Amino acid sequence: MFDNFPLWPDRASTAAGNVDALYIFLLIVSGLMTLLIFTAVVYFAARYRRQQGVQAEQIEGSTPLELTWSIIPMFVFMAIFAWGAVVYFKGRTPPRDSTEVYVVAKQWMWKLEHAEGQREINELHVPVGRDVKLIMTSQDVIHSFYVPAFRMKQDVLPGRYTVEWFRATKPGTYHLFCAEYCGTTHSGMIGSIVVMPPAEYEAWMSGGTTGPLSATGEKIFAELGCVTCHRNDTQGRGPNLQGVFGKPVQLADGRTVIADENYIRECILDPGAKRVKGYQPIMPTFQGLVSEEQLNALVAYVKSVSQAGTAGAKTAAVVPPAPAEAPSKGSKVQ
Amino acid sequence: MSMATATAPPVERENYLNKHYGVGSWLLTTDHKRIALLYLMSITFFFFIGGFFALLIRLELLTPAGDLVQADTYNKLFTMHGMVMVFFFLIPSIPAVLGNFLVPMMIGAKDLAFPRINLLSWYLYIIGGVMMLHCMLTGGVDTGWTFYTPFSTAFTNTKIVEAGLAIFVAGFSSILTGLNFVVTIHRMRAPGMTWSRLPLFIWAHYATSIIQILGTPVIAITIVLVAVERTLHLGIFDPKLGGDPLLFQHLFWFYSHPAVYIMILPSMGIVSEIIACFSRKRIFGYGFVAISSISIAVFGFLVWAHHMFVAGISVYAALIFSLLSYAVAVPSAVKVFNWTATLYKGSIRYDAPMLYAFGFLGLFTIGGLTGLFLAALGIDVHVTDTYFVVAHFHYIMVGGALMGYLGGMHFWWPKISGRLYPEGWARLAALIVFIGFNLTFFPQFILGYVGMPRRYYQYPPEFQVLNVLSTAGATVLGVGYLLPMIYFLWSMRYGKPAPDNPWNAAGLEWKTPSPPTTFNFEVEPVVTWEAYNYEEIDAHPDQEAPSVG
Repeated sequence: MFDNFPLWPDRASTAAGNVDALYIFLLIVSGLMTLLIFTAVVYFAARYRRQQGVQAEQIEGSTPLELTWSIIPMFVFMAIFAWGAVVYFKGRTPPRDSTEVYVVAKQWMWKLEHAEGQREINELHVPVGRDVKLIMTSQDVIHSFYVPAFRMKQDVLPGRYTVEWFRATKPGTYHLFCAEYCGTTHSGMIGSIVVMPPAEYEAWMSGGTTGPLSATGEKIFAELGCVTCHRNDTQGRGPNLQGVFGKPVQLADGRTVIADENYIRECILDPGAKRVKGYQPIMPTFQGLVSEEQLNALVAYVKSVSQAGTAGAKTAAVVPPAPAEAPSKGSKVQ
Repeated sequence: MSMATATAPPVERENYLNKHYGVGSWLLTTDHKRIALLYLMSITFFFFIGGFFALLIRLELLTPAGDLVQADTYNKLFTMHGMVMVFFFLIPSIPAVLGNFLVPMMIGAKDLAFPRINLLSWYLYIIGGVMMLHCMLTGGVDTGWTFYTPFSTAFTNTKIVEAGLAIFVAGFSSILTGLNFVVTIHRMRAPGMTWSRLPLFIWAHYATSIIQILGTPVIAITIVLVAVERTLHLGIFDPKLGGDPLLFQHLFWFYSHPAVYIMILPSMGIVSEIIACFSRKRIFGYGFVAISSISIAVFGFLVWAHHMFVAGISVYAALIFSLLSYAVAVPSAVKVFNWTATLYKGSIRYDAPMLYAFGFLGLFTIGGLTGLFLAALGIDVHVTDTYFVVAHFHYIMVGGALMGYLGGMHFWWPKISGRLYPEGWARLAALIVFIGFNLTFFPQFILGYVGMPRRYYQYPPEFQVLNVLSTAGATVLGVGYLLPMIYFLWSMRYGKPAPDNPWNAAGLEWKTPSPPTTFNFEVEPVVTWEAYNYEEIDAHPDQEAPSVG
């Protein structure tokens, strides 16, 4: 699987090539710079070695020269900056219809749950050629999800979601490392990413599962009684959640936020923080009542009712009236 | 070195070393030179403790499995290595030893502006150091020197608060040193010693002092907040208590990034002095080199979040901090070009201090250029928190700062001790350090790009070859660091008595006797020449200025 003495990491994602290209460019630039400086130092040191009767020639300095070796590096640096920024932007923007995997990190293991319901520990099976988005959180301290073969790393924080994505390009088994020091067995918090050809992956996926994550979420949604307020019509005491995900939400304090994973999560754990305009602060917090896995399932459920086929367009039309109807006209003054 | 004008008087002249005897004369001294020596002994002690931890770390990493020590012990080793080396060696190293010794002498002053505060700063350092030793002997800390929350505030059960307080106290010693230097440089320059005549060593220390004064209080506050959250469970950084773990990282790096410049700027100052002396030339572009120190100090405060590109900050924040990081690279590059240009048409000798300065140039160039990799957002995602970062910052903080420190110790040793060190051994040590350093840390760049995370106690077997190389290098490096300690100690007793100005160097400090008298100058010097007036000095080799002492 691994060579004995690799000097270059596997290149197994679409991002890897981009990062390597910039890295090679930088190796060349800095190699040339090093060569230039070393050659100059060695040459001067040898050429102007102290000799009897030969005095140093005093040179005050040269403003044009100073400007030259400030401005030229500045331009080179800006080019590197821009290139690095482009690579970074690509790596930070998950494509819209990525397959989603929820990741919960804890001392010292990785728990992964596919949207389809498959659960894994310290191992993640993914198909070649599909965009995979990881929605990650931690149960305890900060960890970092690092796959060198994908040139991809993102810290995993307690209390919020962070996101990263990749598209694997080469079947194989690759290291998964925790890259943020997290305590005693930090170096044991490792696993593997198994990249499979699509057919093999489908076969693997059809193995035992408890049903999709969103279905689990729907069950929890009912069990916790969420459904009594968050009804599928405009009569609930809480906002109708159909079609909410990914859309802007008007808050009671006048701000507008996008209803992303972190927003849904925050609404469950700290409902008062970003209350939707037109609703009373009556929702209790679920902090401590739901586990990270249950939270993920709830988030997956809320997303699923926004993405169910063509329903998106229909339900999206239904939602806005709800908040618009409830408040009096005076609320606009706020 | 032939200028042995001092015809070795039979009776030793009175100087700062022999004026008073006894432990009390040292522990209650307010002489900046004696305090420098107190610091020298203390930081050397901590350097070897930190080095011992490094040795154990490298031995553990010889094999992929964890076999030499327990995982928890390993985690404590790299934590203590970092804390001791950063807070108790590198930060005080050049300012508190060479800076203390030389700042007053270089500007023609009898002492620092506040001699008693100077002594106080050493006591604070010692109190902090004893607290750190106590902390280490009674259990230690396992968070890494970065103290990341909420691990440090809610999860580890090691001695966070005690270690934090040790650093808190030592931090005040650093603030006081900086304050003393700023006031001294402003108020105590000899007549004629204008800002444009200051040695670049002074400019570098001035820039360093600004960082010490402005940055250190922030780490002190951060430590207090960590202690408060840990003991009183007030939610500041822990999300479970309503805090924000990224806030900690912002505060921590707001100090700890500029702290790197506390280590490297004084080293740059030393290199300027050495290169000027051993090429017999004024530093090329004096003004640009001086201003670059100040701009590094200023820009250094604006780049902290480049340690956090994958920590969960916004993409736009990352863009700004990446851009600013390249801005700080420019003055660093300017310095390297100017040092190189100074060699042109010089009259160059390769004495040990110059070899260290060459070593500095090489290692700092590599360290600086690899910084360009890390500041590039796309690459940082892959290499941050790997051995690439470990290699990079060792090239700067050890390759750069420590090479400069050793170069400076050799350059001014005749002044400090009144004795000459053995030149052959010193050149050999410089060579060993350079080779050992590269053998230790260059493989770590490759290791990082291949993907080995830092702070790993065990690692996959394919990383072993590079780790073995690194450990082999570390043993060579260890020899290189032991040698100077041995021959410096040897020279104090057996070394040839040093003339006042063995290098025939410019600079007021060389116009004092070796070793200097307690008040440095009997008569206040009046400066009528520019810094690095090697042309005048070499034009009249016989009229070496008599010592003012």
